[in-house]
Amino acid sequence: MAIEKFTYDNRIAKYFAVATVLWGIVGFLVGLIIALEILFPGLNLNLEFITFGRLRPLHTNAVIFAFVGNGIFTAVYYSVPRLLKTPMFSDLLSRIHFWGWQLIIVCAAVTLPLGLTTGKEYAELEFPIDILITLIWVVFGWNLIGTLIKRRTRHIYVAIWFFISALVTVAVLHITNSLELPVKFFKSYSIYAGVQDAFVQWWYGHNAVAFFLTAAYLGLMYYFIPKAANRPIYSYKLSIIHFWALIFLYIWAGPHHLLYSSTPDWVQALGVVFSVVLIAPSWGGMINGLLTLRGAWDKVREDPVLKMFVVGVTAYGMATLEGPLLSLKSVNAISHFTDWTIAHVHIGALGWNGMMTFGMLYWLFPRFYKVKLYSKSLANTHFWLATLGMLFFAIPLYFAGFTQALMWKEFTAEGYLKYPNFLETYLQIRPMHMFRVVGGILYLSGGVLMVINLLKTAKSGKFARFEDDQAPALEKPAVTEKIHRRLEGKPVAFAVLALIAILIGSIIEFVPLFVIKSNIKTIASVKPYTPLELQGRDIYIKEGCYNCHSQMVRPFRSEVERYGEYSKSGESVYDHPFQWGSRRTGPDLAREGVKGGKLYKPDAWHYEHLVNPQKTNLQSIMPAYPWLAKKEIDIASTPGKIKAMLSLGVPYPAGFESSAVDDLNIQAKSIAAGLQNAGIQVDYNRQIIALIAYMQRLGTDVSATAETGIK
Amino acid sequence: MSVIYFLIGLGILVAGGFLFAFIWAVKSGQYDDDYTPSVRMLFDDYKDDSINEPAQTTEPKVNNKENAEKSNNN
Repeated sequence: MAIEKFTYDNRIAKYFAVATVLWGIVGFLVGLIIALEILFPGLNLNLEFITFGRLRPLHTNAVIFAFVGNGIFTAVYYSVPRLLKTPMFSDLLSRIHFWGWQLIIVCAAVTLPLGLTTGKEYAELEFPIDILITLIWVVFGWNLIGTLIKRRTRHIYVAIWFFISALVTVAVLHITNSLELPVKFFKSYSIYAGVQDAFVQWWYGHNAVAFFLTAAYLGLMYYFIPKAANRPIYSYKLSIIHFWALIFLYIWAGPHHLLYSSTPDWVQALGVVFSVVLIAPSWGGMINGLLTLRGAWDKVREDPVLKMFVVGVTAYGMATLEGPLLSLKSVNAISHFTDWTIAHVHIGALGWNGMMTFGMLYWLFPRFYKVKLYSKSLANTHFWLATLGMLFFAIPLYFAGFTQALMWKEFTAEGYLKYPNFLETYLQIRPMHMFRVVGGILYLSGGVLMVINLLKTAKSGKFARFEDDQAPALEKPAVTEKIHRRLEGKPVAFAVLALIAILIGSIIEFVPLFVIKSNIKTIASVKPYTPLELQGRDIYIKEGCYNCHSQMVRPFRSEVERYGEYSKSGESVYDHPFQWGSRRTGPDLAREGVKGGKLYKPDAWHYEHLVNPQKTNLQSIMPAYPWLAKKEIDIASTPGKIKAMLSLGVPYPAGFESSAVDDLNIQAKSIAAGLQNAGIQVDYNRQIIALIAYMQRLGTDVSATAETGIK
Repeated sequence: MSVIYFLIGLGILVAGGFLFAFIWAVKSGQYDDDYTPSVRMLFDDYKDDSINEPAQTTEPKVNNKENAEKSNNN
């Protein structure tokens, strides 16, 4: 067998590693800023671009897709050529992938503060960026599959399976969830509405966690832990089993994000069952990672890289035990809409993704530059800052989540809510939010130490771009080879099979929802939004109100008492996209407009509250939105928006788009006149008028039948 | 509603199929060699360091330092 010589090119892996560091710092910093904004609502200095509602999507997108995304690609471009004994398929594709991905991130960093958002969590980027993501993902897939085809090892190491599963699943998730109808440049409506949209969104959201943040990072773990410890993984067999179990089970668990919401009960139950079962494959990964270090714990004591990996994998184990527990309906009744969720995801993000990334970077840079790490003690300091930062962040938030949930649910002996004022339940947990800031500062300063350490390391060495290697050419498969080995030997077939495995799970959950009308109760009194309300809804989405306000009253006595009638699935059938939210930093708004309802406020109150929330309530933590009273509604877009809604199946009368502007003007003028009677001078064509119209519409359809029957 | 039961039935069938395939694979010795790949991946760097030009020039220095440190510690 002829030995072939070839060369690995470290350049792209280095580019991705540098990008990981850079965007990591940005992501941590924005997180710190928004944590401070909750404490000090005036911190945005009345600038619309940096309100919590616009920056929070920037934080989540930066951390997930910029920091972790570049981390994944660093791991892929470094490990895959070495594992397959071949350079990457195409250096051009690698470069397009790198620069394309950075372009996507920059686009996100520009558009999200501008309020250009789809309003769907973790999928906020508008359709032109979605298309760019798809194209770049195809480039990535082409490059990875191409490399697999020209590999020199028959066997495909377990890490690469995880990368392939992430590649395939993320593509399916992204495309399915991003199906949207463009209205104009950088404005689109989700083709799904209400319950359907919620279901697709959380199927996406959950599996973005599952495959982007988990499967891809398990691949990273399976390469870098054995390398750093110089030990083979504890059990290769376990890795095979838990891989298949993980990708098959994860795809079903999405509905656990919608417990007690107005999704069908059987879908919720399905999500719960699969979430609980998921403990097994998740812990398979954790056990495999940690036991790889058996006999090497003396190294863990010395080596900051291994320390970080140990905390990372432990955090993975804790988060994947906590996740299934949070999926139990009785636990979720307490945890949902509280800081418990925030704490949970940060154990995953700061612990698992963060620590694994840091460990990888500290291991890689000395190899890129053929020199020892500049300072081991600096890296150890980073380790402690990051670990303590994570704990200072998460533990207070667990207390905060419990505290607030219990306050929301507490009744007096007379049967009234003990804390009817929502703000009171927030002020109680404010100290915990201060602790969170301390955690964020610790974590960020650890990141800064890493930047210094890696820069100094790079300066003290010389970048070794090329590394030579040699391996025999690949033989034709032997006839006696067993099935799984043959499967591993055929990357395309493998990718297709992985796709089928995840699609089966998806289709079984999707198809009934789309084909069975009985899942969505049609409520006769539910009508489409008026043109003004639709414009107001778009402003609600643009300002990111859903980041702090839910629109989903769960069927609990405490919530019905506080907000009003619980939400029905038939109520949101015209909501493209749905706006149920996931965290109640402020009160639920699902019944905001119901006259005589628990939360009803007149137009004038809404005006004052939006322009200066601290005027209506001194301790309010909502930022002021004075620009809403100054900026004009984009009235010219109205016919286009109505047309788009018509083609999505919203039953406006035929030809309504031509009279929509008149309709809008009439409603807006009547609201402006009402405000004038209350002593507020504002032009009818201001954004605040549209937003007030939307607020006053929320939740009224269902009570319309009971009260007046007219809307 | 009947399509739900049909699809759940189908789901169980497929899941059962995966389970069957897995049990069959184990019993028929699919995973007999489930050790070599985990060790093989460790040897990449050894090769890199011995073959690679820049590694040869710089690596010994690093090793010396490491050795020196070790002897100091000892």
